[in-house]
Amino acid sequence: MANKKLKKLTPVQQEYQKAAKLREPKRPVFLNCVRAFVTGGLICVLGQAIQQLMIHWGGFDEKRAANPTVAILILISVLLTCFGVYDKIGQWAGAGSAVPVTGFANSMASAAIEHRSDGIVLGVGGNMFKLAGSVIVFGTVAAFVIAVIRLLVRGG
Amino acid sequence: MLKGHQTWVFERKPVIASTAAVVGPFEGRGPLADDFDIIHGDSLLEQDSWEKAESTLLEEAAKIAIERAGVTKEQVQFYVGGDLLNQITSTSFAARTLSIPYLGVFGACSTSMESLALAAFIVNAGGAHYAMAGTSSHNSSAEKQFRYPTEYGSQKPPTAQYTVTGAGAAVLAESGSGPRVTAATVGRIVDMGLKDPFNMGAAMAPAAIDTLTAHFRELDLGPDHYDLIVTGDLAKVGHAIACDLIEKHKLPIDLARYQDCGMMIYDYDKQMVQSGASGCACSAVVTYGHLMRRVREGELKRILVVATGALLSPLSYQQGESIPCIAHAVAIESAAVAEGGA
Repeated sequence: MANKKLKKLTPVQQEYQKAAKLREPKRPVFLNCVRAFVTGGLICVLGQAIQQLMIHWGGFDEKRAANPTVAILILISVLLTCFGVYDKIGQWAGAGSAVPVTGFANSMASAAIEHRSDGIVLGVGGNMFKLAGSVIVFGTVAAFVIAVIRLLVRGG
Repeated sequence: MLKGHQTWVFERKPVIASTAAVVGPFEGRGPLADDFDIIHGDSLLEQDSWEKAESTLLEEAAKIAIERAGVTKEQVQFYVGGDLLNQITSTSFAARTLSIPYLGVFGACSTSMESLALAAFIVNAGGAHYAMAGTSSHNSSAEKQFRYPTEYGSQKPPTAQYTVTGAGAAVLAESGSGPRVTAATVGRIVDMGLKDPFNMGAAMAPAAIDTLTAHFRELDLGPDHYDLIVTGDLAKVGHAIACDLIEKHKLPIDLARYQDCGMMIYDYDKQMVQSGASGCACSAVVTYGHLMRRVREGELKRILVVATGALLSPLSYQQGESIPCIAHAVAIESAAVAEGGA
């Protein structure tokens, strides 16, 4: 009951929220987009460079070169997380460093480090997917839905 | 004793025999560094978890305060304190080490003044010869509990606040010389329906104003009574809103004498703290370290500290609840003013 009432704000609450909004600095959305574009782009350029190295000197063909490339990017991201650098990059770059595979590695490594003090099994094991878990769940669900749509449209 | 509806006037004016403030490395790089008793170079304090580090901060602050008061911990009857973590473990674990009879309280970031008000009440009522109030917060343990892992690369909005790593403690005595606690106003919960945990300043500002209004009305004070009024951790956003509300409701407060602890502890130009500081330790270390020095030196004669707290939990936020907020005010007078009866 009380909860339902709160959802409908009283006039005083509405008035306050309107006034308070004026004092809130806005998120610099455009600047954030530019920063995300630049950082995300740079990470992709780095990935591409590693992939080319793998093809030219690593003896991988174009398809199989993706695996060592991702592994190296993840390693770099985990190292930067451990040295306490990745969160600083994240504050500047926003989605630019969160969306690529390096962001996924950061979410797992940071949770693992954070909960190391709570034990290996219940701490690290139980919390490593705290942030990454929802990405996997919704990634799998989205992939399933898309696959069903593809099956219906193209008939397998 | 009770004045009006929610204000206590302490006739015996409990003496603040000593205070202590211990902080982490980030706070040590801020403008108030000289006022802290210990600045740790390592935010883990050579412990193996953030939670243990927070407990250690509090133990250190308590030990310094007790030593400085010229007593032993056996002479302190009660310790009133709390912190931000679940089941206020940092404080309880510190109390285990101190082994002083202990009352745990939780008022989120308002715990600093909630505990000081209660300790003053106990001493004033003759319930103790010495009572200690102490509180702590740790940036990493708070981030771990309320937000994301410390090393997670998320982007914080400009309204976000940075939890202070530190602990502050004060020992109150029934007699002696020193600054005195003269009054306290206990706040009620104010909820303006805001839900964003990255904008706590805006959520807490109305609670601070509610308590300030009650304090000035019930004690019938004018704008020149206090040399300085500080709120706990409203930071830039909340402070600006509080100034608006003071003008709107025509409170007898001179805005030139009103500051916020959350804006004092860090250097905005050099430290990336968005809107400012927060946490139990924010108002605790600024009051017990910085402001108390100025009161002792006679620069400030009367101050009012209004510690603000956002009483949310990670669960209440996920369940879509708004943030209930509270503020407690404690009035402190310098020794000269309190003893002169002025």
